[in-house]
Amino acid sequence: MSGKKSNNPSDSEEFLNGTRRDFLKKSSLLTAVALTPGRVVKAAEEQWDEKIAGVFEKVSLHLEVNGVKHTVAVEPRVTLLDLLREQLHLTGTKKGCDRGQCGACTVHVNGVRVNSCLSLAVTNEGKKITTIEGLANGDELHPMQEAFIEHDGFQCGYCTSGQIMSAVACIHEGHAGSEAEIREHMSGNICRCGAYPNIVNAIQAVKNGGQS
Amino acid sequence: MNQFQYVRPAEVPAAAKAFTKGPNTHFLAGGTNLIDLMKMGVVVPERLVDINHLPLKKIEKTPGGISIGALATNTEVSIHPLIKESFPLLSLAINAGASPQLRNMATVGGNLMQRTRCPYFFDTTMPCNKRVPGSGCGALEGINRMHAIFGASDKCIAVNPSDMNVALTALDATVHVTGLKGKRAIKFADFHRLPGEHPELDNTLQKGELITSVDIPVSPYNKNVHYLKVRDRTSYAFALVSAGVALNIENNTIQGARLAMGGVAHKPWRLTETEAFLKGKPVSLDVFKQASQIAMQGARAYEYNKFKLKLAPNTILQALTTAAGLKA
Ligand SMILES: Cc1cc2nc3c(=O)[nH]c(=O)nc-3n(C[C@H](O)[C@H](O)[C@H](O)COP(=O)(O)OP(=O)(O)OC[C@H]3O[C@@H](n4cnc5c(N)ncnc54)[C@H](O)[C@@H]3O)c2cc1C
Ligand code: SF4
Ligand code: FES
Ligand code: FES
Repeated sequence: MSGKKSNNPSDSEEFLNGTRRDFLKKSSLLTAVALTPGRVVKAAEEQWDEKIAGVFEKVSLHLEVNGVKHTVAVEPRVTLLDLLREQLHLTGTKKGCDRGQCGACTVHVNGVRVNSCLSLAVTNEGKKITTIEGLANGDELHPMQEAFIEHDGFQCGYCTSGQIMSAVACIHEGHAGSEAEIREHMSGNICRCGAYPNIVNAIQAVKNGGQS
Repeated sequence: MNQFQYVRPAEVPAAAKAFTKGPNTHFLAGGTNLIDLMKMGVVVPERLVDINHLPLKKIEKTPGGISIGALATNTEVSIHPLIKESFPLLSLAINAGASPQLRNMATVGGNLMQRTRCPYFFDTTMPCNKRVPGSGCGALEGINRMHAIFGASDKCIAVNPSDMNVALTALDATVHVTGLKGKRAIKFADFHRLPGEHPELDNTLQKGELITSVDIPVSPYNKNVHYLKVRDRTSYAFALVSAGVALNIENNTIQGARLAMGGVAHKPWRLTETEAFLKGKPVSLDVFKQASQIAMQGARAYEYNKFKLKLAPNTILQALTTAAGLKA
C-alpha cells in the first residue's frame, strides 16, 4: 500500500537544532516542571525506557513516511497531523475539525487508518505512515484516486484525501461488501459538499475491479 | 495545547511510579479522548505517561473466560474470533461507537476512562462541577438534552458516553488494576460511580492506578443478543439512549437475562431488577413490554430530555424483541 516517493528531501537534522529560545518564549506562561540534571540516568533506573522529555525539550523521533525514513525532533505536544503538514511539508493531509470529528486528517499508520489530529507524533516512533502523497506510484495514480476522478467523488475537495485514505482501508478491511456496509464504514469521513453517493460509487467500482 | 513532560515507560511498575511522583500526571493510551480534552484546555497535564509500550495488548482465554489487555484497541477486540463467538454483545456495542479510524486508535482502558461529552464540561467558559468542583452545573438549567434520567444529583446530570461499557457491565466484567500499593480487581458495576457530591470523580480508580486488563467470565449469553443505539444521525454520533441485551433462552423460556442502558446515567446503567423479572418468564411481547416499564422505575427527566422517558423504554423493548427473534 505504501508508495515509493516522497516530496520531502530532509532527513531533518535541522529540526534538532535551533529553536530552544522559541520554546522558552512560548512556555513562559507555564509552570515549569523541574528538570533534574541526572534525568536520563534516573529514567533508566525507573525503567522509563530513557524516553523522557522535559517541558522544554524536543524528542527525537524516527518514522517512515511514504517509504522515506525521517529523523525529526518534535515537541511532545505536536500531533502527527501537524508534524506531517508543518515539519515534513506534506500538506495533502488536511486539518478539518482537529478533534476526531471529520476524518479529513485520515492517514494509515502501519497499514491501519487513524485520525492523525488526535495522535501525538511521539507515539509513532518506528511506525510506517502512508499519506495521500504516498498512494500514487510515480505518475500512476492509485486506482482509488482514479475512481474518485471518474465518479466525481468530490466537489470542493477538502475532505477528499481523507476520504480516499479511508476508502482504501475500507476495502482492505473487507468492509465494502454492500452500499450499506460502505456507508457505515465510511461514516468517519464527513463531506460538507455531500458527495457521498459518488464516493460510494467510486469505492464500489474499485472493489468490483478487484483492486485496492 | 499546553506543554508537558513526556515519559515513556517500558514496564507496568514504572508506569505507576511515574504517575504518583510529582506533578499533575495523566496516562496516555490512544489519545482520542485525552488529546481532544487537552486541545480544549479541559485537561491540562504537567506530565504525560505514554503507556503504549507496556505489554498489555493480549486478548486471551483464561480458565474462567477471557482476558482483554487494557491496550487492545477497540477494533482488535471487536473483530477477535474469541470475542465474536463468546461475547458478541461486546463486538456489537464497540462497532456502534465512534468511527473506524477512532476505533483503530481507542484502547479498552481508555474507553473505560473516557470523560462525559456534556458540552458544558468541554467549554471552559462555562460552570461545571465536574471540571471545576464548586463552580456549579451549567447543564442543570441549561440545554440538557443529552443528559441523565437515572441516578443524577443536583451537582451533576452528565452521562457516561461509552457504548463498550454498556456491554461490559451487562457481561459482568472485572477490571484489573495495578498501583503503587499493588494489584486489585474491581467489579465492573463498582468501577464507575454516580455523581453524588463529587462529580469530579468518574470512577473508583485511585490516583496512579493503571488498568491492566478487563476480564469477562464465560456465560451462556452468546446467542440472543442485541445492541440498539439511538442517536441523532445513523452513525458516528454518541447515544441519546442505547440498550444492550443478552438473553439465555431455552424452550421459549428466559433462563436468564442481562440488560444495560447507555446514555441515561453517570455510569453504564445495569438493569438488575428487570433481569430478575425476566428470569423464568416465557418469551413474549407482553413480558417484554412489562420489562421495559420496570426498567424505567426511578427515572427523572430535565427540561430538554423528557423525550428520553419514552425513548428509553421503547429502545429496551425493541432490543429485547430483536434479541429474542420476536417480531415487535
Ligand atoms: C468524534 C468522536 C466520537 C466518538 N464516538 C464515540 C461513541 O459513539 N461511542 C463511544 O463509546 N465512544 C466514542 N468516542 C470515544 C472514544 O471511544 C474514546 O475516546 C476512546 O475509547 C478513548 O480511548 P483512548 O485509548 O484513545 O484513551 P485516551 O484518550 O488515551 O485516554 C482517555 C483517558 O483514559 C486514561 N487511561 C487510558 N488508558 C488507561 C489505563 N490503562 N489505565 C488508566 N487510565 C487510562 C487516560 O489517562 C485518559 O484520562 C468518540 C470519540 C470521538 C473523538
Ligand atoms: S452535567 Fe456534570 S459535566 Fe455537565 S455541566 Fe453539570 S457538572 Fe459539568
Ligand atoms: S481533522 Fe482530524 S478528524 Fe477532523
Ligand atoms: S468535497 Fe467538499 S467537503 Fe467533501
